[in-house]
Amino acid sequence: MNTEISIRITGQAGQGMQTIGDVICKACKISGLYLFSNQDYMSRIRGGNNFFQIRIADHPVFTLRESCDIIIALDKESVNIHKNFLTDNGILFTDKNKFQIKESENSIFDFPMYQIANEYGGKDIFVNSVASGAICAMTDIPFDVIEKILVSTFQKKGQEIVDANLKAAKAGYEYVNKNTKLTKFKIDGTADKESLLLDGNEAIALGALKAGCKFYSAYPMTPSTTIMETICKYAKEFNVVVEQAEDEIAAINMIIGASFAGVRAMTGTSGGGFALMNEGISLAAMTETPIVVVDGQRPAPATGFPTRTEQADLDFVIHAGHGEFAKAVYAPGTIEEAFFLTVKAFDIAEKYQIPVIILTDQHLADSVRNINSSDLKSIKVQRHIISKEESINVENYKRYTFTESGISPRAIPSWINDVMYVGSDEHTEDGHITEDSTTRINMVEKRFYKKMSGLREEIISPRSYNINNADIVIVGFGSTYGVMKEIAETERDRKVGFIHLSQVWPFPAKEITELLKNSKNIITVENNAGAQLAKLMRRETGIAVHGSILKYDGRPFSLDYLKMKLDQEKY
Amino acid sequence: MDINTFKSNDEIAWCPGCGNFGILNAVKKALVKLGKLPKDVLLISGIGQAAKLPHYVNCNCFNGLHGRALPAAVGAKIANRELTVIVTTGDGDCYGEGGNHFLHNIRRNLDITVIVHDNQIYGLTKGQASPTTDEGYKTKVQYNGVILEPLHPLEMAIALGCGFVARGYSKESDHLSDLILQGISHKGFSLIDVIQPCVSYNKKNTYEWDSQRIYKLDDSYDPADRMLAYQKAIEWDDKIPIGVIYKNEKPSYEEKSGIDKITPFVENNIENIDINEVLADFK
Repeated sequence: MNTEISIRITGQAGQGMQTIGDVICKACKISGLYLFSNQDYMSRIRGGNNFFQIRIADHPVFTLRESCDIIIALDKESVNIHKNFLTDNGILFTDKNKFQIKESENSIFDFPMYQIANEYGGKDIFVNSVASGAICAMTDIPFDVIEKILVSTFQKKGQEIVDANLKAAKAGYEYVNKNTKLTKFKIDGTADKESLLLDGNEAIALGALKAGCKFYSAYPMTPSTTIMETICKYAKEFNVVVEQAEDEIAAINMIIGASFAGVRAMTGTSGGGFALMNEGISLAAMTETPIVVVDGQRPAPATGFPTRTEQADLDFVIHAGHGEFAKAVYAPGTIEEAFFLTVKAFDIAEKYQIPVIILTDQHLADSVRNINSSDLKSIKVQRHIISKEESINVENYKRYTFTESGISPRAIPSWINDVMYVGSDEHTEDGHITEDSTTRINMVEKRFYKKMSGLREEIISPRSYNINNADIVIVGFGSTYGVMKEIAETERDRKVGFIHLSQVWPFPAKEITELLKNSKNIITVENNAGAQLAKLMRRETGIAVHGSILKYDGRPFSLDYLKMKLDQEKY
Repeated sequence: MDINTFKSNDEIAWCPGCGNFGILNAVKKALVKLGKLPKDVLLISGIGQAAKLPHYVNCNCFNGLHGRALPAAVGAKIANRELTVIVTTGDGDCYGEGGNHFLHNIRRNLDITVIVHDNQIYGLTKGQASPTTDEGYKTKVQYNGVILEPLHPLEMAIALGCGFVARGYSKESDHLSDLILQGISHKGFSLIDVIQPCVSYNKKNTYEWDSQRIYKLDDSYDPADRMLAYQKAIEWDDKIPIGVIYKNEKPSYEEKSGIDKITPFVENNIENIDINEVLADFK
């Protein structure tokens, strides 16, 4: 019995790594296995080197390991790139004959997958089904499990394609199954077989549907595009318009217009597009129009690494938009949280009539885990507008009436008998342009101080684990949740506590100060080079960390990497 | 209902004699003729002297960012297609800062009316060249005279297949009002470029200069003739035609997307949306 294994399938872009990934994830889930998977892909459509990696276990897993027990290399280049990632007993499957690989190491298993693909499927491309079959055989997943998945995956392409894939997968399965030299892995499947397989972006899209988003406008940009694609898939059924904008400036101004007219609206982008949206963020704040914006971070500056991950937009996003105003920034750590925080983002945006930003990254966007569906069903949605029924009684309406909370009752145009004026210039309570200094002071305090103090009352408390008497406390935000959690739970060489922030603005200063009051060694774990969280924390709480473990190679943290870095820490 | 129905209490901040007054009156007159209720009309603008117009009309006003009136109008119209959405913008706002949105919203063809106050100069920033300033005109920035060729917005709109392309003159307020009325009635994107003298910063294209050249297209002109429309759209130095230059009935965004047949999105109740069936797709 094994408690967990890690598998990597690697080849060129265009060889169908994503399809294999989907098939393997489903097969594991149906077999009751816990899984965490991620895609590592280059910014190209064909060639290069891509890989799909999955960690499967008899317990919930939240991150990847760098080392792999099984690697399937679909081209020669992949063998060289990935063979050093094998564990001591790991095995790399590749077509030695086709790639003319002379090495006779025991860890490289000769798997004539292209010959099998051509013999049973008729083309090289069926190698991905051969590989899927081989993985099932290696992990003790019965063939009928993968059979059903392949049928549903390929049925759109016709019976002929379904049959060819099935034959290829079966042949791959049997070739590996019959080989007595290979040690197979066996993991107890204790996970809920009815759980969901979602990635971070799909969770955001479903959160938007649940929250009642009626208008999503965006310009395609990796890694945010799959949010738009997922909403689009359900747009008709849920009465949502998805509009591909001519640029990100159009996207954000469109959602502001839609929100002004009364519907919940959202956009999504990555750092470069978010940069273009900055004036719009400021407009939403000035006009007090609720909007939700997703920044799916990728390595920058400029175009950076289009398909990779980073957490370097933290400073940028919390300061987004010129001028001073209230905003909230959420940084989901898990796929479930991506869903819940999207619903919450709409709620808070509408309640405070502000821009709310969801700060995620490519790592979370493309990671898949099994999710308990009942968790997602419990959430409630509530509106914060003058309802249509109440609108009949509204007279002498002023859009920006001063109130104690800074929040003016928000009417919807045409629902009330009165008209309303909304403007980007400084304005009076009734929305007309003014240059009066007293009005200016009151308006700044309304949009900034008052709303911020309301938002502080609704801060999401950071999660903490094991922090009392910990030898070291690691602190992070967003997608590093999984790796920090697993390190803290499994580390035996020292007591590791962890704190994770899923809200970074307003900064949970009071909460962090309380949590860290007795901590000796505080280290931030960040996917950036600037230790942005450490500096933000110091600014907001006065707490100086003892160090930061920073990763800025465009790749996410893995368990092995964080363990190695912790071992190097001196304290 | 009369013109006072649409009178706002806000103090007007345009220069005395500004061409914008004629446009303001024409907008109000068109709305009266169409029998629109103030609460059902939404005027959207960006930044510039033209962008102040919505404040001076008693109807809903969204005065957004420079160049970005069109995208805001798109969002508002999609959210609530029952609103009459009119964009008031200038030559800088629409053809300069917002040029990309101008192009793509002609293609998008939502039922929006766009009135461009085209005074061929930047008024609010005090007299720099706009995309439509005549070549050779000297400003504090274009010190030796404009060397860029002027943009021909109407010709451009016709080339993009815009369904309704008109030119008005702010001094011909009744004529302009009729163009606005026709634009609002047209189902799709309507462009009305309005020649509007800037009394402070455009010393060339004055009331006198404009009035000497402007003539009204008569009934013999066929706005469905695209080639003829191109000719009229670029007629400029000696004679300038006003009227409907080009008309091309075609399906709007609302019709093509099918949103014209469903309840406006703003009316949807969103408090109890059931996503269980969607979740099942991810099993």
